[in-house]
Amino acid sequence: MIRKSGLAAAGLGAVFCVATVAAPAAAETPKRGGILTYMIPADAPPSFDGHRETTFATVHAAAPFYSVLIRVNPNNPSSTTDFVCDLCTEMPTPTDDGKTYTFKIRQGVKFHDGTPLTAYDVAASWRKIISPPEGVSSARQSYYAIVDKLETPDPATVVFRLKFATGAFLPALADPFTWIYKKAILDKDPHWYEKNIMGSGPFKLAGYEVGQSIKGVRNPDYYHPGQPYLDGFTGIFAPKQAVRVDAIRADRAAGEFRGLPPSARDQLQQELGDKVVMQSSDWNCGNVITPNHKKKPFDDVRVRRALTLAIDQWHGAPALAKIANVKTVGGIVFPGSPLAATKEELQTLAGYWPDIEKSRAEARRLLKEAGVEGLAFELLNRNIDQPYKFVATWLIDEWSKVGLRVTQRVVPTGPWYESMRSGNFDVVVEASCNSVVNPLLDVQKYLPHTVFTENYGNYEDQQLIDVYQKMLRETDGAKQRALMRDFEKRVLDTEAHEMVMTYWNRIIPLRSYVKGWKIGPSHYLNQDLANVWLDK
Amino acid sequence: MHRYVVNRVLLLIPTLVGAAAVVFVLMRLIPGDICVLRLGSGGMSVNPRAIALCHAELGLDRPLIVQFLDFVWGFFRLDFGISMWSGKPVAEEIAARLPISLEIAVMATVIAILIAIPLGTISALKQNSWIDHVVRTVAIAGIATPSFWLGIVSLLAVLSISHAIFGAPWMPPIDYVPFWQDPLHNLSVAILPALTVGYRYSAVTMRMTRSAMLEVLREDYIRTARAKGLVERLIVNRHALKNALLPVVTLIGIEFAFLIGGLVVTEQVFNINGVGRLLVLAIQNQDYTLTQALVMLTVAIFVLANLVVDLLYAWLDPRIRFA
Repeated sequence: MIRKSGLAAAGLGAVFCVATVAAPAAAETPKRGGILTYMIPADAPPSFDGHRETTFATVHAAAPFYSVLIRVNPNNPSSTTDFVCDLCTEMPTPTDDGKTYTFKIRQGVKFHDGTPLTAYDVAASWRKIISPPEGVSSARQSYYAIVDKLETPDPATVVFRLKFATGAFLPALADPFTWIYKKAILDKDPHWYEKNIMGSGPFKLAGYEVGQSIKGVRNPDYYHPGQPYLDGFTGIFAPKQAVRVDAIRADRAAGEFRGLPPSARDQLQQELGDKVVMQSSDWNCGNVITPNHKKKPFDDVRVRRALTLAIDQWHGAPALAKIANVKTVGGIVFPGSPLAATKEELQTLAGYWPDIEKSRAEARRLLKEAGVEGLAFELLNRNIDQPYKFVATWLIDEWSKVGLRVTQRVVPTGPWYESMRSGNFDVVVEASCNSVVNPLLDVQKYLPHTVFTENYGNYEDQQLIDVYQKMLRETDGAKQRALMRDFEKRVLDTEAHEMVMTYWNRIIPLRSYVKGWKIGPSHYLNQDLANVWLDK
Repeated sequence: MHRYVVNRVLLLIPTLVGAAAVVFVLMRLIPGDICVLRLGSGGMSVNPRAIALCHAELGLDRPLIVQFLDFVWGFFRLDFGISMWSGKPVAEEIAARLPISLEIAVMATVIAILIAIPLGTISALKQNSWIDHVVRTVAIAGIATPSFWLGIVSLLAVLSISHAIFGAPWMPPIDYVPFWQDPLHNLSVAILPALTVGYRYSAVTMRMTRSAMLEVLREDYIRTARAKGLVERLIVNRHALKNALLPVVTLIGIEFAFLIGGLVVTEQVFNINGVGRLLVLAIQNQDYTLTQALVMLTVAIFVLANLVVDLLYAWLDPRIRFA
């Protein structure tokens, strides 16, 4: 059963996503002990280096072994502004007109090999992320282009000096992949952490069977008092959903932390009743439809606008939500975030008009004007059911209502990326998946390729870049929001560079004896398991 | 006999070299680049310099003939190289998965033999009786039923039946543990996949056994044995079965070799971390070294299985001599 909780607002950070989770009648006292077994929906992580990887497989496998500098509050993970210290002693107030952040590092923290963790280790890890040495990958390097200098005046202090003040920095610093490694190891071999694990987190590595399972045991020297509550954990790799659902059914595993579709949720609820608790939340992930601006007729803004005007998101979303893990209609910013558009604001944009007949009539008019009535094209999609294929199939039907004839080409992940990189597509179903809700960085995805290399739309738009740069530097909340509306309008309406589909809905099943874990808007967040305990 | 065995083992060499050439060429014909996959796995764009460095690190910038000779020479020295994807030794990657694949293959073979040979024999002896019809139906069902479907259904059946009887669903463990660490846990993991695969395996073997037995039972020496008044059990066990087993042994050998790396879908259903799944992953990841090693391993197993079968022939049929 899904138990609803109230949503709390905190300052600027109104808790927005519908995180439905058990709200205990009275605070429960965590019990110590037990091994948590959970499923990881992957074959194996490509590597253990969080700085290099972007996949949840790495986080779900290895996050429990590591510490970070700051993080989203694990007791309030649905908040977009509730950041707390992990390795630092307190959240700093920026100085120097908001350009300098000085962090004091906890004393007495040890790596799992017994050596002390200092500010030098924190700085070395961040340098690897911000400016990796040649031959070393850093997946989020672009997030930290705003960092000018990183200093360590003493073993307990790390100072970040930014090029300009921006509200994007703190959320970026809380990224769950920014694990702190040991400087001495990085100095010897910056690739060491790709195949090895040695952190300072709540658990120590107890064993890793390739493609099978990863195990951790409690770190007795963990610096958060009383934690972790668990004696250990076992993460079992299982790419097939049926295996994971059966394992939860039979209590071979207590749950999984990525997300199940509605059908699996319903099946487990029906069979297990109150032995399973479902938590659900809007997910900071969604499919984005990208026309290839270098291919005719998608270089014509009328055609792109027609594509978006044909889609009835408001009625499509509740229907799709029954069969796919999608739910909330939104714009380019995660719904409910302070910078997100309200429903009324969205309804002024192409693709979100409340009157779908009027919208489709306009789409047909534009197609006729552009001379491409009855246009036939191919929609490139990734070979994953949930929700890619569901969304694409629905889209093709929506487009058929304005006379467009669309076929779907489904390919595995590798060729999908390759086609996007090489521009070998008409229109593609992409995904935009982010961790910490950080709208100022999350919307980089819509910037032209010359600025954001993971944009595959093949368009240039200097005006868009100018709005973005202004928005990134704006410190006044209201002005920043207005700039975000301008940016969004240009992306989704005026130029119709991209189309944002319904945001994904994250459904997490946990056996009812698993306590302490709270759902957040990202499957990358809150995975160190330090506050999880077993009520049995 | 020794010379025969040595000759057959030596014949492995050109077979393996031929297989190596085929897999080497085929892998490089598949579009894609492992470095682009590795460095751009999250959709990140990759700069050409990083790709070039990656190619150099993996030895992909060397001439193809050098790569091929290096691979073949390494194989014969039992140095299979490093997995291009994980960076771990290929031998380590395979060693982590071979035990469970071998165990399931052996268990499935034993199950198949224990079911197929007695039932096939009885079916032949009772030709056209109701026993024969039942056995043949079971065999056809086994051949017609996909193993993965049977696996899924058997898991669901175990869950449902346990739920009905005990009030809570139960399924075997899904994490593999070596036999010597926890025999019960190990066998619990392996039994369902072994039964699933073994059933199909036994169906094919059952039909071959029945067919071979029918042919042998019509031979003059069997008629002579009956005419001499020998007990039927003795005729079947000592005279008929041994001769009928020749084609059956061939089949068992080939099927066993196939089981080592061919259970991809079954491994997915039961979440078995086996060699079949590893091969699929290796191909998807364009991991040349790992794919090549796995294919060579499969070829070697097939060839050795055939050798063992041929040697068994000599034991079964004394007329067979190896020049």
